[in-house]
Amino acid sequence: MADTNLSSIPPGHFEDRQWHTLVLGIGNVLWADEGFGVRTVETLHERYCFPEDVCVMDGGTQGIFLLPWVRSTQSLLIFDAIDFGLAPGELRLIRDDAVPRFMGAKKVSMHQAGFQEVLASAALSGDYPERLALIGVQPDTLNDYGGSLRPAVKARIPEALALALDVLREWGVEIRERESSPGAADATGPVAMNIHDYEAGRPEHGH
Amino acid sequence: MAKTVSANGFDLDDSGQRVVVDPICRIEGHLRIEVNLDEANTIRNAVSTGNMWRGLEVILKGRDPRDAWAFTERICGVCTGVHALVSCRAVEDALGIPIPANANSIRNLMMLAQYTQDHLVHFYHLHALDWVDVTSALQANPRQTSALMQSISNWPKSSPGYFSDVQNKLKRFVESGQLGPFANAYWGSPAYKLPPEANLMAVAHYLEALDFQKEIVKIHTIFGGRNPHPNWLVGGMPCSINVNDTGAVGAVNMVWLNQVSDIINQAIAFVDQVYIPDLKAIAAIYKGWGYGAGLAGKNMLAYGEFPAYANDFSNDSLMLPGGAIINGDLSTVYDVDVRNPEEIQEFVTHSWYDYPGNSDGGLHPWDGVTEPRFELGPNAKGTRTNIEALDEGAKYSWLKAPRWRGNAMEVGPLSRFVIAYARGREDVKELVDSTLRDLDLPLTALFSTLGRTAARGLECTWSAHKMREVFDSMMANIKAGDTATANMEKWEPETWSVDTKGVGIGEAPRGALGHWIHIKDTKLENYQAIVPTTWNASPRDPAGNIGAYEAALLGTPLANAEQPLEILRTIHSFDPCLACASHVMSPDGQELAVVKLR
Repeated sequence: MADTNLSSIPPGHFEDRQWHTLVLGIGNVLWADEGFGVRTVETLHERYCFPEDVCVMDGGTQGIFLLPWVRSTQSLLIFDAIDFGLAPGELRLIRDDAVPRFMGAKKVSMHQAGFQEVLASAALSGDYPERLALIGVQPDTLNDYGGSLRPAVKARIPEALALALDVLREWGVEIRERESSPGAADATGPVAMNIHDYEAGRPEHGH
Repeated sequence: MAKTVSANGFDLDDSGQRVVVDPICRIEGHLRIEVNLDEANTIRNAVSTGNMWRGLEVILKGRDPRDAWAFTERICGVCTGVHALVSCRAVEDALGIPIPANANSIRNLMMLAQYTQDHLVHFYHLHALDWVDVTSALQANPRQTSALMQSISNWPKSSPGYFSDVQNKLKRFVESGQLGPFANAYWGSPAYKLPPEANLMAVAHYLEALDFQKEIVKIHTIFGGRNPHPNWLVGGMPCSINVNDTGAVGAVNMVWLNQVSDIINQAIAFVDQVYIPDLKAIAAIYKGWGYGAGLAGKNMLAYGEFPAYANDFSNDSLMLPGGAIINGDLSTVYDVDVRNPEEIQEFVTHSWYDYPGNSDGGLHPWDGVTEPRFELGPNAKGTRTNIEALDEGAKYSWLKAPRWRGNAMEVGPLSRFVIAYARGREDVKELVDSTLRDLDLPLTALFSTLGRTAARGLECTWSAHKMREVFDSMMANIKAGDTATANMEKWEPETWSVDTKGVGIGEAPRGALGHWIHIKDTKLENYQAIVPTTWNASPRDPAGNIGAYEAALLGTPLANAEQPLEILRTIHSFDPCLACASHVMSPDGQELAVVKLR
């Protein structure tokens, strides 16, 4: 369903501010399991809310354009699809100095070259996050344009969230379960792109 | 084949040593260039190939046209906003929806902010390293760097102490062993000509530009409600305006509008006092390096952008006009009709696709088809999954070959500025002429790699100043009582034609962009796009015309074939973006081979 969002724009995140924590999902939702990062932050945001100094963001494949946010956070938690050479759906939690190494090791997608550069540019400009964590999933299928997460990967979202909540608690982030789902204007992405509408509206194969 | 002449008049010779540069992009996307060199290491044949384009119909057929923008902004990591905008325009065109004046102004502001940001990021973070030797900056004298800076600009950050701090920061970074953004470059190449002081000045501004990015994106957040993926809306813009401090919560208010105004002032100051002086200082030293023209000055295309009047895409309204220049005749600018099936067509004879009946003919995007067919030509070397050298006589690229009336065309800031200049636009003429005068160069110097880079810088200052103009006229309109930002009269599908086609055109920072759509029974029936890099990185066509990248590389001597810095310079000057298909996969799911000569 198309939505208008008229008159319901949230205050936005444009003030000069320092985030305590940035939770960033990266990847491309149009390429099956490449969408893991974005889908996981979407689910995290639907189920939990956090204090004002925590930003939950769908970073897509924006590469260097994500630098302003990465530079203004103390702690950075990233969700992404990573080729660890494991069975599809296996999760790994990577921390601190190992994060940039893993993001560049065996690239699943070009966006990772971009994000590795974001981290390096943050280091160069002297605004590198104090704490870094990466929750990566071993993808099953990437090469399916317009497809969604495969069952082996989708089934791991709750486990990825549990890992994330542990990390966030350790970082001192206060977590609350939502009583009701956030409104369209407050979602991490446009309504048409949420996983339910995205999957339900997929054109038939071979059209 | 050895020596031949392309249909568009370029001498080709594929007999010499073949050099492969792959991948060539520092950002999203995948592009590979192969060249043949003669004994003097001069490029005599060039082959450009890009990654797979799946066709938007694969993800959009059957979906709600009002949602299309949200999908199209995900096809590319760096052109998000412009795909969303052009998608909205295509749907509005198909359904006959005029947008309000404020929506037009806000869209113009969003795009002008995008131009300013993209051009800055391109210059400092993607392209400068082709001209600036970062390692040489470590040898610079900070006092002399300060003197250099003060001789070209009034920018306050110019003391010897400031440059000394930057140098120490760079030193620590290099000593830490993680070169990061400065890895994979050809440091020490004899093709670098800047003195250490100019290199240090550029590195300082590289860092300042990183800081400035933080400011400019706020414009998108304020009007788009969300970042890095702002909201868009068919029929206008999804933000309401309230300058009286009563009414809807979350509306764009005076506090935010004042912030936009401040950011515009900062953008003008930074571009005029940092970017433009740097550009001129670098150009003055490299101006003898006049390579890279290709189709520049010969065949150039722009659709035009920034309508001054809402819903009017005629050249009387467009702040940057559209048009086509053919065969170097700047005295005639042709009008471009994107609806005419005879004008814009895509060919696949040299692309890994099939048209019905194996046709060599061209298809207008409204009739576009995207059926993959991957096969290597008889003269290719290597295997399907490990290509050592392509056979450009056969199919060799995942990009189609778009043509305007059969001509290969260059698109981008230089094309826009040359077309505006040829159409006699005074604002553009003044910028171009004064810059050429300062550098003591003729107009023809524009038709080069450096000219492309210079035009992007000039367009950046043009955009920053234009933001001020658009903002002020929008505020006047709002203060006169018009606060409408969206036209919802035709929001409901029952108000739509049963079967209708539309086209949305615009200018992405990197060149002409078009979306062609077909809506049937309120759903998308077909959706085709031609993106700027498809024009510039185009493969050959059945008539034998080579593409803009291929033409631009010819005749360029390499100082060192093992370090093909000159190839990167010219290709980067186009601001390539092939992220529109973000993965580099062969049809059987294998990652395509990466052959590096580095």
